[in-house]
Amino acid sequence: MSDDLLVLQAEAEAAIAQASDPRALDAVRVAFMGKQGRITGLLRSLGQVAAEDRKARGAAVNALRDRLDGVLSARQGVIDQAALAARLTAERMDVTLPPAPDARGSIHPISRTMEEMAAIFGAMGFTVAEGPEVEADWYNFGALNIPAHHSARSDMDTFYLPGDHEGYPLVMRTHTSSVQIISMLSEPPPLRLIVPGRTYRADHDATHSPMFHQCEGLVIDRGITLAHLKGCLTDFLRSFFGISNLPVRFRASYFPFTEPSMEVDIGWNRRTGELGGGGDWLEILGSGMVHPKVLANCGIDPREWQGFAFGMGIERVTMLKHGISDLRLFYESDIRWLKHYGASPFQPATLHEGV
Amino acid sequence: MKFTLSWLREHLDTDASLETITDKLTGIGLELEGIENPGAALAPFRIGHIIEAVQHPNADRLRACVVDAGEGPVSVVCGAPNARTGIKVVFAPVGATIPTSGLVLKAGEIRGVASNGMLCSARELGLGDDHDGIIELPEDAPVGARFVDYKGLDEPVIEIAVTPNRGDALSVRGVARDLAAAGIGVLKTWVPDAMPSNGPSAITWKIEGTEACSWVLGRTVRGVKNGPSPAWLQDRLRAIGLRPISALVDITNFFTIDLGRPLHVFDVAKVKGNLLTLRSGAGESFLALNGKEVTVTAEDCVIADAEGVVSLAGIVGGEASGCTETTTDVFIECAYFDPIAVALSGRRHQVASDARARFERGIDPALMPSALEAATQMVIELCGGEASEPVAAGAEPAWRRTAKLRFDRLKNFAGADIARDEAEGILRRLGFGLASGDDDSITVHVPSWRNDIAGKGVLEPARVLSADVLARVSAGVLEIEPEVDLVEEVLRIWGIDRVEPVSLPPLGAVPAASFTPRQGRALAIKRLFASRGLNEAVTFSFADHKVAALFGEAPESLRLVNPIASDLDQLRATPLITLSLAAQRNAARGFGDHGLFEVGPAFHEGVRGGQQVVAAGLRLGETPRHWLEPARGVTAMDAKADVWAALTALSLPLEALSVTTDAPGYYHPGRSGVVRQGPKVVLARFGALHPTLIRALDLPQHAVAFEIFLDAIPEPKRRKKAAPELSAFQPVRRDFAFVAASDTAAETVLRAARGSVRDLVTGVTLFDVYEGEKMEPGRKSLGVEVVFQPKDRSLTDAEIEEASAKVIAAVTKATGATLR
Repeated sequence: MSDDLLVLQAEAEAAIAQASDPRALDAVRVAFMGKQGRITGLLRSLGQVAAEDRKARGAAVNALRDRLDGVLSARQGVIDQAALAARLTAERMDVTLPPAPDARGSIHPISRTMEEMAAIFGAMGFTVAEGPEVEADWYNFGALNIPAHHSARSDMDTFYLPGDHEGYPLVMRTHTSSVQIISMLSEPPPLRLIVPGRTYRADHDATHSPMFHQCEGLVIDRGITLAHLKGCLTDFLRSFFGISNLPVRFRASYFPFTEPSMEVDIGWNRRTGELGGGGDWLEILGSGMVHPKVLANCGIDPREWQGFAFGMGIERVTMLKHGISDLRLFYESDIRWLKHYGASPFQPATLHEGV
Repeated sequence: MKFTLSWLREHLDTDASLETITDKLTGIGLELEGIENPGAALAPFRIGHIIEAVQHPNADRLRACVVDAGEGPVSVVCGAPNARTGIKVVFAPVGATIPTSGLVLKAGEIRGVASNGMLCSARELGLGDDHDGIIELPEDAPVGARFVDYKGLDEPVIEIAVTPNRGDALSVRGVARDLAAAGIGVLKTWVPDAMPSNGPSAITWKIEGTEACSWVLGRTVRGVKNGPSPAWLQDRLRAIGLRPISALVDITNFFTIDLGRPLHVFDVAKVKGNLLTLRSGAGESFLALNGKEVTVTAEDCVIADAEGVVSLAGIVGGEASGCTETTTDVFIECAYFDPIAVALSGRRHQVASDARARFERGIDPALMPSALEAATQMVIELCGGEASEPVAAGAEPAWRRTAKLRFDRLKNFAGADIARDEAEGILRRLGFGLASGDDDSITVHVPSWRNDIAGKGVLEPARVLSADVLARVSAGVLEIEPEVDLVEEVLRIWGIDRVEPVSLPPLGAVPAASFTPRQGRALAIKRLFASRGLNEAVTFSFADHKVAALFGEAPESLRLVNPIASDLDQLRATPLITLSLAAQRNAARGFGDHGLFEVGPAFHEGVRGGQQVVAAGLRLGETPRHWLEPARGVTAMDAKADVWAALTALSLPLEALSVTTDAPGYYHPGRSGVVRQGPKVVLARFGALHPTLIRALDLPQHAVAFEIFLDAIPEPKRRKKAAPELSAFQPVRRDFAFVAASDTAAETVLRAARGSVRDLVTGVTLFDVYEGEKMEPGRKSLGVEVVFQPKDRSLTDAEIEEASAKVIAAVTKATGATLR
């Protein structure tokens, strides 16, 4: 390469190296490689070079041009990198800032328990039935073999409304057992249903609420025995509390609408409140074989059909399952309590996810 | 029902441990309520002998005693006037706790004399009211012995819960019989001696026009001396919480507990005339033994003498004719009262008594003559005197009946194999006599004390049953009920715990859904609201009617006849009532900014089933403060968004719904809406709450609400969807700014745009609403984006222009709006 090209090369490379932003670099490019650029000028003036030198001179200028092209684009890369780095630095944010708040609500523990009951009993073939809360007293009492003089009908326990239904006084249902009657009258056996719902009794203290929730259950079929009653409720309780060997005890009791009647206890530790072991017993629900009179009142012949019924307090089992101590807070709607004990809407009670 | 172990052993021959007995009681349906041993608190107290009692040198009212309680002489200062040399006393050593006061005795000195213990009165030990002096024990009381052993106080008191069907178990003998049947010991025989009679009774009976008493017995004992009953009787009653009164009264209480046989004693001298009549009440009043005035009605059965009512039959006696220390001639009443009549009377007068508890469950009619003999015998033993001939009115009620048990039924009902001889043995021990039997069944006589077995099978059938069905099921009950009664007896005694549990047979390999679609909707709604930041509440279905009236009508038909409290007397017409009260409480706690919802009943009419399921919610206060977005008060649009989200989740076609502005008065009249499907169906309401209501309930300034009527939501159709149109051509979006009158409903503009070019417009979005300085007064600008989606080719400019013109024309036609 001739000296003038070497000088030009050194000059151009120095200019490129000095260019620190895209505009400066572009100026250098124009100065050397543009239409009026010096390299372009050299190429244009090749015609004036002696013929024998022209080929070599042309090759040398082209080589220089290619070389400078490379240096330019390398420099361009460096400058782009630096610009990007500068931009990224400028765009940095405080990622410890809290994001936009998520709307987080909750499902009431009573609803959650009802869902769990529907899931577990559903797996045993039960469907969920409903009925009115303002009820004719026949459905609530008479049909269930609770005669007029029974103490349960006294004002002490039952809320009355002024009206009547076909001559029967109106009451706030005291249990969801009234829906047993509705179901037996509306569809023929066999029946398997649970009735979770609101119930009302005139009682208000630390352990009683004038409104509470109950889950009634009814199974009517041919050949249903007391052993099935025990099996069904034992299966339920063990699944609900998630304790596969939960001790379950049945002992004789009395309800007007079942015979024999049984209270059901589960094993727990009275001292620690822990369910399962511990050697103590905790009463948890009432059950029994459906009384023949109840079947007959609904037009079902007790010689042909038999079955069992049960009723459990939803608040009670919820309190036990979650270690909630104060019944009154279930209805207080204290936003802190609701958030604390409420369930996530994204975890519905399903058996395949576990209840 | 309370009794002591020793009392139980009067009827039951057993050496079973206390625990065995109480476990068995619980298993057979006589649930153990508790075991108490009042003697445990008296264990440290010993029998002492006052060796010497002299006047305290420094105190007029005190005595300085030297007491020997088995461990040598101890100096004790005592204030009782009867503390004197030589008597036997109850001594509390240093360290003992006085049960009634909780005082722990310490060694000390009282005015210069050492006092190392205490001599006790009956009241201090919780054994009675006597506090005039210290207890004086008989001379032969063994010095140094434990007082509780000497008095037989160290014994557990068992309390059981007796279910309403078991009148017979409200007696020590009944409990003993059940235990014996369950293999705990042997029931002792009990046959009272017949007492010789001497002359006619001073008083006779008459039953006059009342069904409530079918049989009554009585007997006079002349020449009695009434006074405190003997110690054994007092101790027995006191142990179970009954206060000894006098021998005659204590005897009646004894038999109430011992045999479940309530008795009453009249002082013959105080009964006017010589006839006691059982009749209906006639509005008279008398002073009952419980100290209360009772005014009897025509529905009550009473006992009356020549001057009027002396007793509310089977429930409570009268003060005027009662026995006292001065009674010399006593007339014993032993009656059979109708259980229902007693239950209704007792409830009417709100009198609870041991007698009522037994009569209303039904007492043993066959026991009456022997109970009267036993009572007469005890009166004569304890109070002396001479018995008259018994008198009676009415006749023994018919109680004899049989029940049949088929052994295959027993097996098929229980789901357990119970050996025939075991079942027969249980029934026999419970008092069921064998009437007949064959290979498959036995028929037994029902004992007189078991009125809960093989009843009359009275039904209260549904009115809709046909005569045929009713006849069939009635026959079924008559056949099955007595048998199930026997099955129950066998099972509870044999042991329900011995029945091996069997899981329910499945109805199919995979169970059907347990929720109906309607129930599923309520569940989906709950999850939706919870996911939108609302917290589910469960509030009472009733509230104060005055608060309820803030939310519209609070009709009398929805007011409880017997509310438990005045602020819980009105069934709510909307869950918003009780939710608002909950919000008020949260705000008062300092948590004003929050959201609540409830899916629950709203009552609209005081009739059976006059309710509907409403999903209601409240948002209160401000949105959360945050650096990204400033907090703002919640608005009616937040409530509408909740409604829209819910209706979307329930698959309702939002574009087909309309919103009218006629929400009820508890909403802000200008910021509320009613969501309708067609002209009639109201699906929901939403809006800001009325400022007056907000002030009345002290709610946060920003308070918005919604109500969704789930029962009005149509069931989604479960048919397969058509395939979607997935055009290969890009949609064209055009913006339009319409100027319309300020009161033009946006919904009308959007609907017009949507319907303007049927096959082309696939989306209409309102992106701007402007009303202000740059607009003419009374006008507003609506920015609307319309999406044209071609199906088979790209649109030409001319086609787009044509479509746009149609959009404008449609909007103008519907609303008078013009393009800006």
